[in-house]
Amino acid sequence: MLVIKGGKVVDPVLGFDGVAHIWIEKGVVTRLLDPSLEEAPVPDGAQLVDASGLVVVPGLVDMHVHLREPGYEYKETIRSGTEAAAAGGVTTVACMPNTDPPNDHGAIAEFVVRKAREEGAVRVVPIGAISKGLKGESLAEIGELKEAGAVALSDDGRPVTNSLLMRRAMEYARTFALPVISHCEDLVLAANGSMNEGVVSLELGLRGIPATAEEVMVARDLALAEWTGCPLHIAHVSTAGSVRMIREARARGVKVTAEATPHHLLLTEDAVRSWDTNTKVNPPLRSDRDVEALQDALRDGTIDVIASDHAPHAPVDKELEYEHAAFGISGVETLASLSLMLVHKGVLSLQEWVRKVSVNPSRILAIEGGTLAPGSRADLTLLDLERTWKIEPDRFRSKGKNSPFRNWVVRGRVEMTVVAGKVVYRAEGA
Amino acid sequence: MTGPGSKDTWLRKDLLGIRELSPDEIRMVLDTAVSFKEISTREIKKVPTLRGKTVIHLFFEPSTRTRTSFEIAAKRLSADAVNISVSTSSVVKGETLLDTALNLQAMEPDILVVRHGAAGAPNLLARVLKASVVNAGDGFREHPTQALLDMFTVLEKKGRLDGIRLAIVGDIAHSRVARSNIYGFTKMGAKVRVVGPHTLIPVGIETLGVEVHHDLRAGIRDADVIMMLRVQRERLQGSFFPSEREYARFFGLTAKALEEAMPDVIIMHPGPMNRGVEISPEVADGPYSVILEQVTNGVAVRMAVLYLLSGGTREDAGH
Repeated sequence: MLVIKGGKVVDPVLGFDGVAHIWIEKGVVTRLLDPSLEEAPVPDGAQLVDASGLVVVPGLVDMHVHLREPGYEYKETIRSGTEAAAAGGVTTVACMPNTDPPNDHGAIAEFVVRKAREEGAVRVVPIGAISKGLKGESLAEIGELKEAGAVALSDDGRPVTNSLLMRRAMEYARTFALPVISHCEDLVLAANGSMNEGVVSLELGLRGIPATAEEVMVARDLALAEWTGCPLHIAHVSTAGSVRMIREARARGVKVTAEATPHHLLLTEDAVRSWDTNTKVNPPLRSDRDVEALQDALRDGTIDVIASDHAPHAPVDKELEYEHAAFGISGVETLASLSLMLVHKGVLSLQEWVRKVSVNPSRILAIEGGTLAPGSRADLTLLDLERTWKIEPDRFRSKGKNSPFRNWVVRGRVEMTVVAGKVVYRAEGA
Repeated sequence: MTGPGSKDTWLRKDLLGIRELSPDEIRMVLDTAVSFKEISTREIKKVPTLRGKTVIHLFFEPSTRTRTSFEIAAKRLSADAVNISVSTSSVVKGETLLDTALNLQAMEPDILVVRHGAAGAPNLLARVLKASVVNAGDGFREHPTQALLDMFTVLEKKGRLDGIRLAIVGDIAHSRVARSNIYGFTKMGAKVRVVGPHTLIPVGIETLGVEVHHDLRAGIRDADVIMMLRVQRERLQGSFFPSEREYARFFGLTAKALEEAMPDVIIMHPGPMNRGVEISPEVADGPYSVILEQVTNGVAVRMAVLYLLSGGTREDAGH
């Protein structure tokens, strides 16, 4: 038994925002007690955690993570990736299927689930592939993936270029009540670019990826979602144009949700001027105007989720000429602290923030989580909102040290992470 | 980079681009090159200035003109020049750029002249190497010595850069020569226009302080200098413009189109030319052309660059 005493509990599902003691038994929240009332006696042998001065929220759900296993264990493993998640206050990760072999049939999903149960520090829910081999040619074994534990479908990392296949995927996915997560990119328009097309790419002489490369696919997928009735989730939205279309489609009743990453919410293409290949990410860091539009969309609810798109890479993938370096940012460990900057800046209230990082992703994936209501899974994150710390990628638990936020001093630190009633992470000095 | 140069002393470790240079620094290179140009007219075309220095020319892209120009420049200064050509594909598969560079560093060169297909590659090298790095062209980004020799040539022909009307015509989007020249000429007070079809003019180019034209005749009207860029037909045809024939018709420089320019206009081209495409043979070989003088001046300007990076001063140049 675990009792977390005296923390400020923020649970938008319960509409609760106040100090409470949380009782956890057998991995489940059993009571939320008002400390002003006469205390129920804590049973002998219960583990006590003093959370006074801290904020306690439902565990973070990062619905966009690349764990790299099987196949790319030199970049990340299920063990290292979930330890990184725990350190980032993330209690559930949804892992993308672009492994080797890709997660396009039941056996791979089963492997991931089993490996995560044996070695994982946090809960892992796999996302199955849309197409066999992520090739965009024929449907993956979607029903079997669902049986094996897949919670959504995506060919993330590459778009489904064939519009007919995307239509069929959305129709077929409805049969198994799985949302489709789209990586929106027209590869032909993206033309092997390595950064946003604009004034900075002009100056640096790097091939640009125009905003339209994302937007034409967002437009297509919104049309297909409307036509098929399939719930569509748009991954890593990065442009003002995408935001506008999603907002408009949602208003018309299209079942669409969307996510943005901390790096797209906080950095612009200017960061590429450093030639730091850790700024190379797909979709690319965009303009000031896009960042502003993303923050607005977060505020008005057009963007439902903040997810990391955790894409760990080894130095051999990154210590190269900019155009030859791999795309991706190692982000699961900094998801909470970086997104809390938006709370400090007044873009989001703390309640809203909890929705974006916990409640909404749980709902989109239809998994348990996002609340501390008695009877729910005891996944929770303890935060010190005022504590500042320096991001030092070399100290990441993730194998991927590829962060463009090196040496940023951020306010808000994860102090403790609890998964199914077990403390899986405790910060230094916490 | 080790910081900007003052008026009389060159303080940079590397020459990576024109963008970061001050007008004074550009002037210093151009002034220094005047003294070195004279050396190439002597019967014994060699001075001992860089004796004992090692210059490595590391070319990851094929090049005849630029590599030869650098090599001659180094040899006329008595430096030991070593040429290394590497095909980019083997580099991608095998040794990384960083490893190649560190291996070369271990041989203690003084200057590394590098051409690379990837933008920013010289910056990466400059960050890790003790040797001075000279960018001899990186991707679409910069080709600083080309811009310096172009400015030198215009200065020689026109006596000034300030107020000069320069039209750069052709594939601006994929041109490091265009970028470096835009930075250089605008810094020196010239009025720069770029001319080409929309497909070859990059988004946002006007933020660099240039005028944009899509009609050749309007673009070169009253120009003092016209710089024609090479059209890479293999890559562009069918996608950026329909055919070579149509390109030549609308953007090729002919004697007829030239009537729009100033009577004493000069025509430049960084080479190699596609005769009959971006430039008609009569113009290339005509009286306005200074294309071969650009090549001659290239050696002098590169001598000046190698000299200044080795710690030379403007006053002592050529002695």
